[in-house]
Amino acid sequence: MTPLVEMKNVSIAFGGVQAVDNVSIDLYPGEVVGLLGHNGAGKSTLIKMLSGAYKMDSGEIWINGHKAQIHSPRDARHYNIETIYQTLALADNLDAASNLFLGRELTTGLGFVDDDRMEAETRKIMARLNPNFKKLKEPVSALSGGQRQSVAIARAVYFNAKILIMDEPTAALGVHETAMVAELIQELKKQGLGIFLISHDTREMMELCDRVAVMKNGQMVGTERVEDVTEDDILSMIILGKNPKAAA
Amino acid sequence: MSVESANTPTPRRKRSLFEELELDTRLLGMIGAFILVALVFNVLTDGRFLTPRNIFNLTIQTVSVAIMATGMVFVIVTRHIDLSVGAVLAACSALMAMTQVRILPGMGFEIGHWAIPWVAIAAGILLGALIGAFNGWLIGYQGIPAFIVTLGGFLIWRNVGWYQTNGQTIGPLDQTFMMFGGINGTLGGTVSWIIGVIAIVLAIFGIFNARRVKLAHNFPVKPMWAEVSLAVIATAAIAGFIGILTSYEVPARVVARDPAKYGCEVAEGCAAVYGLPISVLLLIAIAAIMTVVARKTRFGRYIFATGGNPDAAELSGINTRMLTVKIFMLMGVLCALAAVVASSRLANHSNDLGTLDELRVIAAAVIGGTALSGGIGTIYGAILGALIMQSLQSGMAMVGVDAPLQNIVVGAVLVVAVFIDIQYRKRMGAK
Repeated sequence: MTPLVEMKNVSIAFGGVQAVDNVSIDLYPGEVVGLLGHNGAGKSTLIKMLSGAYKMDSGEIWINGHKAQIHSPRDARHYNIETIYQTLALADNLDAASNLFLGRELTTGLGFVDDDRMEAETRKIMARLNPNFKKLKEPVSALSGGQRQSVAIARAVYFNAKILIMDEPTAALGVHETAMVAELIQELKKQGLGIFLISHDTREMMELCDRVAVMKNGQMVGTERVEDVTEDDILSMIILGKNPKAAA
Repeated sequence: MSVESANTPTPRRKRSLFEELELDTRLLGMIGAFILVALVFNVLTDGRFLTPRNIFNLTIQTVSVAIMATGMVFVIVTRHIDLSVGAVLAACSALMAMTQVRILPGMGFEIGHWAIPWVAIAAGILLGALIGAFNGWLIGYQGIPAFIVTLGGFLIWRNVGWYQTNGQTIGPLDQTFMMFGGINGTLGGTVSWIIGVIAIVLAIFGIFNARRVKLAHNFPVKPMWAEVSLAVIATAAIAGFIGILTSYEVPARVVARDPAKYGCEVAEGCAAVYGLPISVLLLIAIAAIMTVVARKTRFGRYIFATGGNPDAAELSGINTRMLTVKIFMLMGVLCALAAVVASSRLANHSNDLGTLDELRVIAAAVIGGTALSGGIGTIYGAILGALIMQSLQSGMAMVGVDAPLQNIVVGAVLVVAVFIDIQYRKRMGAK
């Protein structure tokens, strides 16, 4: 089976700091791979090279067995890679529909943006993802953290993402909303999406992920199947930067 | 069972009149402020402020600044500023004046040749677009702050115009060109009313077409009486405006100079009215186009998205650098159009044309509700802002307020307007 994504020997430096150092990682369809590590371990940086926000210094990205050229977020979208950022990346002054379709607006025959059709589509997908979502006319700055998150997720789902990157998707959410996101991840998995998940919460990661990859100081400590490791093993990988099994 | 309750099954709480009409409360506030200013000056000037003649003058004096203010909205919405608009206006005006008075006649076109004004206008628009695009490139691609780029432009472009003209006043301008100036180019009674009727039909069609589209998507709509009231208000406003402009009569001595121009054989008994000035029609057309651009095009959507969250816009695949170039290019083109109106109103180009316009334009946009923090602003607001500023200035001049006091009042109004706007936004819970 060909991996959906293969990042091979990827490196990037910012002004002398080696943020990601010769890291390789892969992702298969219908799989959730968690990225763990301290702040500054390089998780977000690694994933931003896949989503086109950063350009890697060296290394290769392969999508579906083909070498991919990703130089901008637009390129990443071309490969059906969608990202849900930690900061949510919504334009606060626009409404949900405008945000959902930002950069890919539906247009009328004359080339004008078709707000009514976008609003109707937004109503449809929101009814599926978050039936409580009612504030379609208001700017998203008026929404709660969970509602904003569902706009960001709806964006990924609507455009048929094949590869989904979620950077701390539950960081700003309450208990109920976190459960909702977990449910959604399971559903997307069933549909055959590959998901990269970044989080600090080791327990949550053990529940949601098939494999976890641990990073420290820009380097890959190791990738493990969750059933093969305990939470303590993962913690020692995060803190000590080495795999207890390999050491044993 | 009324129409609207069939489409909104959920029980509705009782709503106020304004909520039912779904009117923009900020717009209402500005219109209220404008009406208040007009009424106060009308009392202070013993009724001279609200005469057709003064309203006519007020509109044609506002056009140049208002045209540029529509572009400034886009600039400020994307968190930039343009301090060079007055200087760019002067440079474009200088080129257009030189083209029609010196260059084209020098190439053998006789004075009054039909092509002269149009070549001149095209040259001015091209220059404005080039200057704007260059500014946008420096800001977007080279990362120089807009404040610095346009502060430099503020010093550069007026003096480029000075070099072109050797500092001389260039005139008289072409007769056709001067039609864009205001009093020299009006449409008369009949044509003004035809345009007014077309505008009314378009407004009513717009209101009910929007309703039809909403119903087709099963969206909630306003009650029918609210739509009808809006249509009536729009009709009254348009008809009132045209009515005032067409009741400004051409003085008999002006008619006597050229009766044929006003459709009479002889001057005796020939009554004519000015009607809608071409410059005002130009402003209305620009306002309509800019509003459509802001609301209904991807370009406009990206402008507001970038203003609201530049990072989000970038991550959504929007080329924000190219967007900056396009915005400043549009600003340059609007400066050129404003230059046509400003120079033709004065019948010649002088080097101080448009001095301090950058501040008037920014003030108009800001009074009109454009937030310097980005992401928020409307075209109609900026035009209303320009109109309020112009009303204050000419009103105070009519009353005979001392010159220093005039500027003090305008400055205070600017700050107070923004203060009220910020309080309003806080109360509405938006940023």
